[in-house]
Amino acid sequence: MSKELICLSNCVMSYGDDIVLDHINLYIKDKEFLTLLGPSGCGKTTTLRIIGGFLLPTSGDILFDGARINDVPPHKRMVNTVFQRYALFPHLNVFENVAFGLRMGQTQIQEVKGKQVRCKVKLPEEEIRSRVLDMLEIVNLKGFEKRSISALSGGQQQRVAIARALVNRPKVLLLDEPLGALDMRLRKDMQNELKRIQQEMGITFIYVTHDQEEALAMSDTVVVMDGGRIQQIGTPEDIYNEPKNAFVADFIGESNIIDGVMRADGEVEIFNRRFQCLDKGFAPNEPVDVVIRPEDVDIVAEEQGQLKGTVTSVTFKGVHYDTIVDFYGFKWLIQTTDFCPVDSRIGIKIDPDGIHVMKKSRYSGLFGDYSSYSEEYDEIGDADYDFEQDGSREGGDEE
Amino acid sequence: MKNRRSLFAIPYVIWLALLVVVPIVIMTVYSFTTADGVATLEHFVGMNAYAGVFLRSFQLALIATLISLLIGYPVSYLMAREGPGFQRVAMALIMLPMWMNFLLRTYSWMSILENNGLLNQLLAAVGVFDLINALTGSDIQYFQMIRTPGAVVLGMVYNYLPFMILPIYSVLVKLDNSLLEAAQDLGASTVDTFRRVILPLSLPGVLSGVTMVFVPSVSTFAISRLLGGGTQMMLGDLIENQFLGGAYNPHLGAAIAMVMMVIVVVCMAVMKHFGEGEEQAVML
Repeated sequence: MSKELICLSNCVMSYGDDIVLDHINLYIKDKEFLTLLGPSGCGKTTTLRIIGGFLLPTSGDILFDGARINDVPPHKRMVNTVFQRYALFPHLNVFENVAFGLRMGQTQIQEVKGKQVRCKVKLPEEEIRSRVLDMLEIVNLKGFEKRSISALSGGQQQRVAIARALVNRPKVLLLDEPLGALDMRLRKDMQNELKRIQQEMGITFIYVTHDQEEALAMSDTVVVMDGGRIQQIGTPEDIYNEPKNAFVADFIGESNIIDGVMRADGEVEIFNRRFQCLDKGFAPNEPVDVVIRPEDVDIVAEEQGQLKGTVTSVTFKGVHYDTIVDFYGFKWLIQTTDFCPVDSRIGIKIDPDGIHVMKKSRYSGLFGDYSSYSEEYDEIGDADYDFEQDGSREGGDEE
Repeated sequence: MKNRRSLFAIPYVIWLALLVVVPIVIMTVYSFTTADGVATLEHFVGMNAYAGVFLRSFQLALIATLISLLIGYPVSYLMAREGPGFQRVAMALIMLPMWMNFLLRTYSWMSILENNGLLNQLLAAVGVFDLINALTGSDIQYFQMIRTPGAVVLGMVYNYLPFMILPIYSVLVKLDNSLLEAAQDLGASTVDTFRRVILPLSLPGVLSGVTMVFVPSVSTFAISRLLGGGTQMMLGDLIENQFLGGAYNPHLGAAIAMVMMVIVVVCMAVMKHFGEGEEQAVML
């Protein structure tokens, strides 16, 4: 797990004045499941395409196993991609789609006169056959060899795309929103399956998604991106519990982000009240952003509360209620199993480990207020991902 | 619902019956009867007399189709690769000659290729003939271009090339770029990608392009008469001659047309059969 397999060093990608990637530095370890997570147009797909060899960074280097591969064309890289809309060959059946890469020969690095040379080795037909059939079994498509691509469901096409990439035994598999076109149930199944395949085969996965739940559920490492920059790199737990700035806190899960002032180590002031917290190392009286996750807030009787507010809306979500509470004009989202009727006065209590303090950033003040919160808004927010927009902005090779 | 839809189809059915089915029936009846209305096979029995014309027609049409394909495919490919601005300009340039009358275009080629036509005058002015004569001691005043098979093929290629380019272009331009990236990603070089992905996926366009050039080429009579100058008689000329010319015999003309139609249909069926697998995959 410790070896660095891929390294992006100071990668910049720009189209004229439009900077798509701004000095990206990223290390990817061998056998790691790494997710590039961010909203549409954040540069995650561009990063993936640079690793795949489809885009040349404007400046900066990309290293593979310590060797610079900027100039190595895609067909000579030991990397395979599962494309956004699968890009299966419509004129070939399932077997031939999966066999495509094997028929092209395997890229191997061989020592010739002390120099490392990439060359292609042809495979015998029996080996191609057995490898394709083995792979189809791994992705649960046994018996589908002769099927035409158009006769497959979305989920099956997805499996063919994965098999087609993995059959080449790449060192790294790149996945570009591979589950984006599937429905909820299928997505969850495929998430588990992908994770299983990754662990079984011991291959590095670099996974691009805009879905934070997917990222948290599958990854060893999550890279949160926005505006062409890496906002935070960490394990899913780190990213969720210790977000670096308001953008990360808002993008990953729900959060109330409040202006605060650090009065001392372990003591932060919000709404002129002091709260105990675990964060240290800030300058005295430094203005900060304070993140409080909706599930870390306890509702208590008004007179016992550290803060007092009025409930403005309640939504039943199954396991819990989404309760919006107005504190001095700032609306918080609180998730509890207790039901509080609208217009009731309540108090809240927050434990020190439920408070997370962040330095001010360019994202301060943009997120974290739930005054415009509604269920519809929530759903539109999830569904606003647009393939076309992402493709045209990040593809860019038509220009 | 279904009845209403078939109601809308009636004008089309009438049109089809009147202008396609009825003429074919008349043609068939004509080809199997004499002028007196007696049933006969004599027109078909004597058909081998025209074997040379048949051979020339199919030969020239085949050559023209092949040349159109060799020019048309790369042009379509380049157009499809370039940006939308280039595509619009290229498309306009390809379509522009088609706005002119077909006969006018062919007449222009006549005046270009004549023995004392534009091209020969240009070559003389540049001193090509003087140079050749000085070098070889011959006495050439012009190149014989008109009234050759080459002139006929040129006329066909010139007139029908757009019909090759358009269907191939429209298939190539719709080709999903991610398929090409996928091929590269899986280890295919540029040549492999073309051979194993682009070419098979563009085959339906090639097939319809070939059909659209071959069929009018094989039955043309204006091009062969104007540019072949009577020395390159083709099926079209032969048939026209039976209906409007001195050899007036519509029954024989109908028989020749029948044979030509059958050969063309068989050719198309064979080609379609070969392209079937790929075509189906793309259509679905």
